[in-house]
Amino acid sequence: MDSRPIFELVLYLLLLLCLAIPAGLWIQKIITPRKETSWGDWKIYAKSLIIFHAVGVLFLYALLRLQGLLPLNPQGVTGLSPDLAFNTAISFVTNTNWQAYSGEASISYLAQMVGLAVQNFLSAAVGIAVAFALMRAFTRQGDGLIGNFYEDIRNVVLRILLPVSVIAALALIYWGVPQSFSPAVSVQGIQGQAQLLPLGPVASQEAIKMLGTNGGGFFNANSAHPFENPTPASNLLQMLLIFLIPAGLTFAFGRVVKDKRQGIALFLSMAILFSIAALLLFHFEGVAQIWEGKETRFGLWDSSLFATITTSASCGAVNAMHSSLSAFGGMIPLLLMQLGEVVFGGTGSGFYGMILFVLLAVFLAGLMVGRTPEYLGKKIGPYEMKMVAVAILVTPLLVLIGTAIAVCVPLATGAVLNPGPHGLTEILYAFSSAANNNGSAFAGLSANNPFYNIALGLCMWFGRFGVILPVLAIAGSFASKKRAPESAGTLPTHGPLFILFLCLIVILVGALTYFPALALSPIAEALSESHFMGGF
Amino acid sequence: MLKYFWPSLKNLAWLTLITGIAYPLFLWAMGALLLPSQAKGSLVERNGVIVGSLLIGQEFLDSKYFQGRPSMTGSFPYNPMASGGSNYAGSNPAQKDSMVARRNRLCLENDCSLAPPPRELLEASASGLDPEISLRAARFQVRRIAKARGISEAEVAEVIKKNAIYSLWNLYGTDRVNVLQLNFVLDQISKKE
Repeated sequence: MDSRPIFELVLYLLLLLCLAIPAGLWIQKIITPRKETSWGDWKIYAKSLIIFHAVGVLFLYALLRLQGLLPLNPQGVTGLSPDLAFNTAISFVTNTNWQAYSGEASISYLAQMVGLAVQNFLSAAVGIAVAFALMRAFTRQGDGLIGNFYEDIRNVVLRILLPVSVIAALALIYWGVPQSFSPAVSVQGIQGQAQLLPLGPVASQEAIKMLGTNGGGFFNANSAHPFENPTPASNLLQMLLIFLIPAGLTFAFGRVVKDKRQGIALFLSMAILFSIAALLLFHFEGVAQIWEGKETRFGLWDSSLFATITTSASCGAVNAMHSSLSAFGGMIPLLLMQLGEVVFGGTGSGFYGMILFVLLAVFLAGLMVGRTPEYLGKKIGPYEMKMVAVAILVTPLLVLIGTAIAVCVPLATGAVLNPGPHGLTEILYAFSSAANNNGSAFAGLSANNPFYNIALGLCMWFGRFGVILPVLAIAGSFASKKRAPESAGTLPTHGPLFILFLCLIVILVGALTYFPALALSPIAEALSESHFMGGF
Repeated sequence: MLKYFWPSLKNLAWLTLITGIAYPLFLWAMGALLLPSQAKGSLVERNGVIVGSLLIGQEFLDSKYFQGRPSMTGSFPYNPMASGGSNYAGSNPAQKDSMVARRNRLCLENDCSLAPPPRELLEASASGLDPEISLRAARFQVRRIAKARGISEAEVAEVIKKNAIYSLWNLYGTDRVNVLQLNFVLDQISKKE
């Protein structure tokens, strides 16, 4: 393999460290405020969260339906159909940003900024807030209090997301991302081609789209669109923004539990899994040399790196079309989503998702050596393990059953673009993306029909809450237990052995769950692919 | 549950005001003040008329112009109102067919005896609006353009060299040229002569 992508990967990780460590320091200050006024237990936290989502979904649904009647609509778009508005509202509120619509053709400036971009902030903040609640649970000594949901949301938005977004958006404008309220510009090209150039408040949305690991593009082509991501420099910034908070949270965690090694262990586990995936994708794309669905300014390597990052995190923005990656290459993003979005993962959701795997790993290791499983002084009982099992199994259940139903429905199979096993991959990818709240697509699938809009909408909703609620329940249970002091019998959870074990557990659970489905889709495609490309 | 309704609505309302209205307006104002050209879409003027955006590719078919990547945008190539790629898999026979057709068309106009056309010119970009091609893809077209314009190949190569955009730190991205920019410069040279 060319050595250039390896240097790209290493430098990227170094830059990430330089940004994520100070970010972790800053985030930790927000997690542990001086005053704990109006903190509540996990049930209060969960109820506030659910109602906040319900209100958010209703508002966004109404806005998308009524956008045709509202101001700031220079292109005169009409309201979305009920099923598409349902899908889109859930998609943005659950931090998925699956897009069954085309941004430039069907969403008004008002709906973009007041609806979609706002949920980019709020859905990211909710994930981070849940991560905060879980971190605090490890420090409580039995009172069961995990925080105040509304206070967390406000703090995350105003003290983390907004300031970083302003700086990032200014940089993006500098590189060429528009920030304008003018209607689309009609031009006559120098060879006479007539074009209508879409504009809009793009930069402001772009910054939070990456920082909040949302990934919902202003335009249909997402971060491959030159107005969203004009240069390799803007591309590097976007890649760093995706991992900034997920990586920062691991370091913040180490500080919150007063044992920095725990945070570093989480970061390393994620970095190892991420690097393996990136190297594999470099290899597959380097061999295939496919340029279809890739932009010239990014080339093979920046496209591969971005694809790994966006699916490791639950971002789902794309700067290359994943459907056109090589067969094995396309399996890497698919598998990264199926691992449960824990390789850095979404803002907050990656952290609490990884903690679920940590608890599973500690439990299994405890069984092997005959010790009572405990993590950071909190005993892991049957209740916690039941919740871990629910949270880890809910997304595979949604993905596999959803895909199985879809291949039996003509409306669903008729939406497939590519023939053969690749067609099945399109469907499997859609459900994996929705249930794991990623939002990227094998976009040959024409997903804007009532079947997909409703089925994927439900997957996104239950994929989000099917994990968040068990996580909050675990947080509540830990918070009402006393923290036991470390003893000779404590299993160390920061050493290389544990890091390796954790990585293996993540891969094992994902691989065992999905191997049969993958064998029928990308693996079958790769093995049967005609190697006509040799002629070019 | 009703007691959670008002705090939810209240928080949603004022966070919407801040992140949905104040935030984009503030950036709009900053953009208009500090970086007006970029904020308005990097539009290019010729003789007082806007002829496009430097960031959005255009379709060039005339042999005297550099040609960009193949485009699979909706309705027609390089349609900025319907950005996107083909999403074809490598295993899709339709992909093979379009690559063969593009190669045949390119080799009609260009000299393919020295080197086959770069893959980049046979395969469509992700956005369908890619404004750039690599230096290699530009050099591939030099002979055709020199002939069509009646200028020397060295002169065309010089234009490419002068307008090259290099990768970031020699690491991220591709060494490339902006197609619209190149054609703009070529037209200016032809006008002078």
